[in-house]
Amino acid sequence: MADMFKPSRRAFLRGGAAVAAGSVAGAAGAQSPDTLITELQDWASITGAGVDETPYGLPIRFEADVIRRNVEWLTASPISSINFTPIHALDGTITPQGCAFERHHSGAIELTKGDYRLMINGLVDRPLVFTYEDLERFPRENHVYFCECAANTGMEWAGAQLNGVQFTHGMIHNMEYTGVPLRALLNEAGLGAAGDFKDKWVYVEGADASSNGRSIPMEKALDDVLVAFKANGEALRMEHGYPVRLVVPGWEGNMWVKWLRRVEVTDAAVESREETSKYTDVYEDGTARKWTWVMDAKSVITSPSPQMPITHGKGPMVISGLAWSGHGQITRVDVSKDGGITWETARLGKQGDTKALTRFYLDTDWDGAPMLLQSRAMDETGYVQPTKDQLREQRGENSVYHNNCIQTWYVNAEGIAENVEVS
Amino acid sequence: MSKSPNLVLPAIGGIALMLGAAYGFSSRNYGADTIALLEDRVEKAEARVSSASDKAKAEAERATALELAVAEAQEQAAKGTNLTSPAPQMEGAYGLGRVAMAEEIAAWDVDVLPDGRGLPVGSGNAFDGEEVFADKCASCHGDFAEGVDNWPVLAGGFDTLADEDPVKTVGSYWPHLSTVYDYVYRSMPFGEAGTLTPDETYAIVAYILYSNDLIDDEFELSNENLANFDMHNKDGFVIDDRPDLEYATWRVEPCMDNCKDAVEITMRSVFLVETPPEGGTNSMMNPAKVEGLPSFSSDGPSFIPEAAPKPVKAAVEAAPEPAKADDGDVLIEAGKKVFKKCKACHQVGDGAKNKTGPHLNDLFGRTFGSVDGFKYSNTFKTALEEGRVWDEASLAEFLSKPKAYMKGTKMSFSGLKKDSDQQAINAYLATFGN
Repeated sequence: MADMFKPSRRAFLRGGAAVAAGSVAGAAGAQSPDTLITELQDWASITGAGVDETPYGLPIRFEADVIRRNVEWLTASPISSINFTPIHALDGTITPQGCAFERHHSGAIELTKGDYRLMINGLVDRPLVFTYEDLERFPRENHVYFCECAANTGMEWAGAQLNGVQFTHGMIHNMEYTGVPLRALLNEAGLGAAGDFKDKWVYVEGADASSNGRSIPMEKALDDVLVAFKANGEALRMEHGYPVRLVVPGWEGNMWVKWLRRVEVTDAAVESREETSKYTDVYEDGTARKWTWVMDAKSVITSPSPQMPITHGKGPMVISGLAWSGHGQITRVDVSKDGGITWETARLGKQGDTKALTRFYLDTDWDGAPMLLQSRAMDETGYVQPTKDQLREQRGENSVYHNNCIQTWYVNAEGIAENVEVS
Repeated sequence: MSKSPNLVLPAIGGIALMLGAAYGFSSRNYGADTIALLEDRVEKAEARVSSASDKAKAEAERATALELAVAEAQEQAAKGTNLTSPAPQMEGAYGLGRVAMAEEIAAWDVDVLPDGRGLPVGSGNAFDGEEVFADKCASCHGDFAEGVDNWPVLAGGFDTLADEDPVKTVGSYWPHLSTVYDYVYRSMPFGEAGTLTPDETYAIVAYILYSNDLIDDEFELSNENLANFDMHNKDGFVIDDRPDLEYATWRVEPCMDNCKDAVEITMRSVFLVETPPEGGTNSMMNPAKVEGLPSFSSDGPSFIPEAAPKPVKAAVEAAPEPAKADDGDVLIEAGKKVFKKCKACHQVGDGAKNKTGPHLNDLFGRTFGSVDGFKYSNTFKTALEEGRVWDEASLAEFLSKPKAYMKGTKMSFSGLKKDSDQQAINAYLATFGN
């Protein structure tokens, strides 16, 4: 069990298996003195790395497995594809940029601040062009928001598919954005020409080869949409739209246009490819819902989960997960250990921000018996996250997008977790 | 309480005294001049009353506002200071940015609306479109718009939308033809976006309609008739009705105890997913069955399985150990990693087939454009005639800027920027023959 404290994930997990097999060794019940304590260790004697050895730091190599991963067979080419945030290995709520999921339609491009231009045109009094420098002269705001791809959990419609919370729920990240409210830029161009805002839209478009474009109702555009240039305090990463992306709080990730180059005020939705042939929801009778922008309340247990087995045997443990809602704040999360027969209300890590990830914990004592773990989120509108059966009853099984069902992990007596469906 | 009575009363009282005095004098027998003089004085006094009263009111209002502000600040101080506020919004403009020029708007604003606004003048038919499509689209979408590998199928799928796996194509699913023009003109071909002329675009759109049996090959599609073309699924969409159908019933206090009698596991994960240290994933079918798993009731699991299967090999995973192999092996290993960028389109090794791109076995020493059964672009056909042969140098040059080295190649890959990546790819590909 001394192995358990060596800084190696493999050793750690081996040690865990030993506990599960019934060993009573360990720091608490040691049979012999722990040589990690009684013997002088190299790191306690030889000096370590100097400053500037890594001018921009990366995670220590022992965390090298905490990375974005893709599932190659899901898409035709990595240039038009998606990968997944390692949410199983993270805690708190903020997603580090370096492991926040990527979704590109024609690859991530390198666009300098100097070459960046943003055009506002259409039904405005003065069509304008801004440089990057111009944007930084407008009053700006800071907000934490989640960005979830509409297809997150999409593979799971037809049944339990991928064994890992990274793959079932990893098309999400949560960052603190710094940016200018879109309304300030629209105001600068003047909305007199738009007349009544009621039936007006903004069409937003990216500068990459896909020129991904989406139509957003004017009411939302004037509400909380941000033109962002910083995330978690530093410049956006290339893969997230450096130097400027759109942030559309609570709404599906496809609308968060990266490399934002144009905002056009229109009197109708453009009905682009991404809002007709994609990001629409087909139901059992073949009709489809369109303009399903809001991401409804959802939650998932990130640990234990298939990539995060229980390695310490029975006794005190923390069940932890994430909850979020595109309608506002998360107000409550319940956890079940028996597949939804009995529920306990979990503890929130801190009061949830609106349209941002909220961390929850259930501090519990595991008796070593198998569990069917589920979590169920509620938001400030009183909405309760539905079961898979409730969703299927409404929408059938042919949908791809907007699957916010309750997830079940079967945890066996050895602490190994698996993605399952239950009655 | 407001301070207004204290401020206003003394002022009004003072003027009232003066008015009283003026009335007293007028009852005596004075001349007309004197009366006029007195009237004038009364008028002036009244004006002063009015002005003093207005001023007093304004001061009172200001005082009230200040009192409220003080109360608010005190309340905030009691709660803990909060100085946050949304970014201020100017009444007028900041004068930032510059006016967009007509040429600039014309260059970027090319979106097309369902009613046809935004369509440029032009036309094309399926007969012409077939050639353009074969040259620019078929490597991914297939000669008949049937789709290659995982790339989108553009034709067919009619009457499948209610099936278990709906085939959503331009013909079966897209509600507006404007969307096809808009998307093809702006975003296609993949890797060469924005290079099509309006006439080429009309021809491609016509060919896609033709592949769906929606028009014959002589039908001339143009800016005049595109918006009026009725798509098969034009009435297939409803606007988001979750508020009525879902929110109305799912905003209720949820059950906490005895919510079900018993729970059975009905399905296990179809795929197990390995997470190798170098990134990506390997997924394999899960052989485990639901039989032999416990059911659950409010008393807990029905039994504890003794030898539970261990499907999660992926979880037991190590930090990468420092490489101990010689430099050559390290380079090949690095090349294998770089090749992840290529393998969506190119296969290598035993049984490698042509996919979106030709297989890359025995690459070095092989003539350009010479793999049997692969449909090369014209530039590779020419290179074949010239007898050009792949070696490490030519591959490195090609991969540094594919579209510059082989102008007209269908390969959408933008290139390897690092020399070290190119060396690694060369080393890796060399392990597959020659």
